[in-house]
Amino acid sequence: MTEDEIRAAYLTALTSVAPDIEAEAIGPDDHLQEDLELDSMDVLNLVAVLQKALGVDIPERDCPQIATLALAVGYLGRRLAG
Amino acid sequence: MGLFTMPSLGADMEAGTLTEWLVGPGDRVRRGDIVAVVETQKGAIEIEIFEEGTVERLEAEIGQTLTVGAPLARIRGAGEAAEPGTARWTEVVAPEPAAPETPEPQPQRPAARGLAASPAARELAAERGIALATVTGTGPGGAILLADVERAQAVAQEAPDPRAGMRKAIASAMAKSKREIPHYYLAHRIDLQASTDWLSAQNAARPPEDRLLMGALIARAVARAAALVPAVNGHYGEEGFRPAAAVHLGLAVALRGGGLIAPAILDAHLLKLDAMMAAMRDLVARARAGRLRSSELTEGTITLSSLGETGVEVMAGIIYPPQVALVGFGAPRPEPMVHEGVVTIRQSVTATLAADHRVSDGRIGARFLLEIDRHLQHPEEP
Repeated sequence: MTEDEIRAAYLTALTSVAPDIEAEAIGPDDHLQEDLELDSMDVLNLVAVLQKALGVDIPERDCPQIATLALAVGYLGRRLAG
Repeated sequence: MGLFTMPSLGADMEAGTLTEWLVGPGDRVRRGDIVAVVETQKGAIEIEIFEEGTVERLEAEIGQTLTVGAPLARIRGAGEAAEPGTARWTEVVAPEPAAPETPEPQPQRPAARGLAASPAARELAAERGIALATVTGTGPGGAILLADVERAQAVAQEAPDPRAGMRKAIASAMAKSKREIPHYYLAHRIDLQASTDWLSAQNAARPPEDRLLMGALIARAVARAAALVPAVNGHYGEEGFRPAAAVHLGLAVALRGGGLIAPAILDAHLLKLDAMMAAMRDLVARARAGRLRSSELTEGTITLSSLGETGVEVMAGIIYPPQVALVGFGAPRPEPMVHEGVVTIRQSVTATLAADHRVSDGRIGARFLLEIDRHLQHPEEP
């Protein structure tokens, strides 16, 4: 999977759990909770959707690593490669 | 013959707009059935009925804005004779709309075929995202002109912002609370390490869709503690305080872009942890989507407001009338605490209680907070 594909998958997952957020409005360093106002329930739903879409296991302790688009693209890329 | 009226969905509600009937004359209804959908400042609410019988006739039309107490429908109880003229009312009800002959989806672009509109009007409507079908044309043969689109846009901009309505509703409920309820406040720091460790171990073995949140452990603890301390759980009305037999736990759900709604999980004191988590998941999703049930907005007996993982430490909340207590949880964080006689870093959280002094005193409030603490020291309890 290329970085662009991971980015697209992340944005699709994020806008599916928070339909009121527009993908174009999400910056690479926007924090899920602090900037995009997701709560812990939304983050849990996002992890579930990502895990299904990408087929990677995202343990609970790694949740901070998907807290922004930029962090998530790096982290998910490593998980997919490993 | 029972009269089914527009319910009050909270101290802050004056009126609602009927948007959908889910029953018609002749339909049997049972206690708890959802019979209509009403648009309020809290979003679209599914209205439940609390009597048994047969719908005799509908007294309100879709699109009507009705004040609390206005008649919605007449319900004939079991054994009551049908009113003469029922058939006439039955005829009035519009039949189910016939399926469209062409099953293809409607064109999404405003430039729908069959709508007469000038090219300039089409262009402006497309640019501003206005559906031409919603614009009234004043040109030849009803054709839509540029000026019509401009007018439609001006009207759309004047339409009230639903968030502004919600803010007004919060303002009115909270002002009433502060005006009438003599609040007292207690705070208690809780060692959350046992719950945190237990939760991590549980979640390590669970796929994300089955994972639990600390919020569910907290909700369970609050609901069970409230069941043991009747003076914080119930409603204060004109005849004074009425303790509730069950704990219907209101959860303050923040909406993105502002606003807050506190629907209740019914019989929360009976729920085990997985059921509590499922109930919270469902309630939060429906609160966001604006599809709550009337009982969830009216039956709450106590409210829990959690500031989440990234919030501040302490909240001193305002009671949601007619309830008599609100529990606040700050953000859990590692803090130096004395544990078994030694200062160590422990995950901790500060719980607060805002309670109604007409009903309880600090001693009772303290017992309630300590009871919550006790439950959080035993996350493994069934």
